[in-house]
Amino acid sequence: MDTTAPRPRKRLAIFRTADPVLTPLIKACGYSAILFVIMIFVFLWSEGFAALGEVSLKNLFSARWYPIEEYFGLLPLIGGSLLVTLGAALFAVPIGVLTAVYISEVAPRWMREVLKPVIEILGGLPSVVLGFLGILVLAPFLRKLLDLPTGLTALAGSILLGAISIPTIVSIAEDALDAVPRSYRDASLAIGATRWQTIWRVTLPAARSGVFTAIMLGIGRAIGETMTVMMVSGNAAVLPSGLRALFEPVRTMTATIAAEMGEVATGSVHYHVLFLIGIILFLISLVVNVSASLLIQRKQKRSERVLS
Amino acid sequence: MTLCLCAGLWACAPHAAQGGSSTESPAAVSIQSKGSDTIVNLALAWAEAYQPNHPEVNLSVTGGGTGTGITALISGTTDIANASRQIKAVEIEEARAKGVDPTETVIALDAIAIIINPNNPVTQLSLQQISDIYAGKIDNWLDVGGEDRPIVRLSRETNSGTHVYFLEKVLRLGDSKSTLLFDPRTLLLPSSEGITTEVRDNPNAIGYDGLGYVTPDVKVVAVSADGVSPAVFPSADTVNAGTYPISRELYVYTNGAPQGEVKKYLDWMLSPEGQAIVLSMGFVPVGE
Repeated sequence: MDTTAPRPRKRLAIFRTADPVLTPLIKACGYSAILFVIMIFVFLWSEGFAALGEVSLKNLFSARWYPIEEYFGLLPLIGGSLLVTLGAALFAVPIGVLTAVYISEVAPRWMREVLKPVIEILGGLPSVVLGFLGILVLAPFLRKLLDLPTGLTALAGSILLGAISIPTIVSIAEDALDAVPRSYRDASLAIGATRWQTIWRVTLPAARSGVFTAIMLGIGRAIGETMTVMMVSGNAAVLPSGLRALFEPVRTMTATIAAEMGEVATGSVHYHVLFLIGIILFLISLVVNVSASLLIQRKQKRSERVLS
Repeated sequence: MTLCLCAGLWACAPHAAQGGSSTESPAAVSIQSKGSDTIVNLALAWAEAYQPNHPEVNLSVTGGGTGTGITALISGTTDIANASRQIKAVEIEEARAKGVDPTETVIALDAIAIIINPNNPVTQLSLQQISDIYAGKIDNWLDVGGEDRPIVRLSRETNSGTHVYFLEKVLRLGDSKSTLLFDPRTLLLPSSEGITTEVRDNPNAIGYDGLGYVTPDVKVVAVSADGVSPAVFPSADTVNAGTYPISRELYVYTNGAPQGEVKKYLDWMLSPEGQAIVLSMGFVPVGE
């Protein structure tokens, strides 16, 4: 026993001497994320800003993207990305949130212990694999089912992106629901509310900010996804006109960068425009994230007021 | 992507072999071959046939596209650039500025096959019809003698040498003043496999691809140059006879006239043995 006593003291000594090094190191790690974001943005800006001087705004805001003949209309690409992401959200948000509710509130313990890891495995599937499934199975199926000219459409992209973002949404939303104190549910059930009323009126609103974060992260995952979308959405740069365009091919910003960056000459106009698309993508995800966190803060204040 | 991997493995193999046998001369010359994805399979087949009999060289082959290959030649990171189109004036200028003198050798001919779904009753098209289809003037198979179905146009991405060739020689019918463009609804697929898969599954689809990449489960259309002359299927004979209208030369570029081991290798490519491999890979040998 007496041999164990000095050991912890020795360890403590090591920690004490290492402390002047470790604390700044950990701090630096924390700040590095901010530094990286700033550096990435500066890099994008320095490579992409030149495009605004080289290409007329009229060209950039036209509806034709054909870079090898100097047509740099960005609207079809922005529209394509937004359409596919919106479609993905339409699938992923209800399914994801309801799955999280089921796992957290309804499912028996054993079911929960099966479902959570399985969904996390789904989240770890490489997107190329999903893309292959999309080309070989989903696209032909959609074409026959809906009698479309081709199955390589925004819809196919949306479904697969939905599948990619569902695990993110489920995992984070479930954690948020789980964090709602047991006493809330007990109180609700005690005053005679049904299980459904408890979920819909008490648990979900109490976990609202977490569920909202889950949805935003899921959407963020969808808008940045590249490989799957490039494989199944057809990559035709057509300006989407309304929701009917879901059933037509689209070209997203991410697929455009991935398909064209490989062979573009460094420093050319086309190169700068591709970086400009990168800036736009960056700004869109920034707006999504900032507005999400603003909304969450406001919601929190209101729910805190109700609870106090 | 898989091709690059193969090439990478191939590049490693000779090194390993050398480590094993100490009898060979240690100073093996390494020859890098890089560029067009259209040519990469042919370049690999050549390397595989040439390497075992020539331990004095280390061959390595990578794809990436014509533009990538020429850029690598200019920056001095490859000895041979494979190209499915001729070098552009801009690229020559850039090369001269860096003291590189790109020299062209025609190594094979390639035919672009027009492919459709096997269930599509259309058997032949004129160049004008193909141009009208891809420009968006013809939207239904009924207008070219098929069933009442919408036409789904498939193309390679714009960075492909095949895409550029198709734009200039088929869509614009070789008219350099034409500003005709692909219909915006044209699906741009990142790979040959993507085009083949969609054509095989979808009776509405039309696509194009190098003859060497056509698989038996799609239908090749006979093409008539002007709508009057008989429609011709792409093959080694029709390309060499000049009757199949959509064919092109494939090139390799070297820095200056090829010398030493590179010259030996290029001479071998053009020899009957090398050209037999061209034929076996689905391309057309260079006529004598």
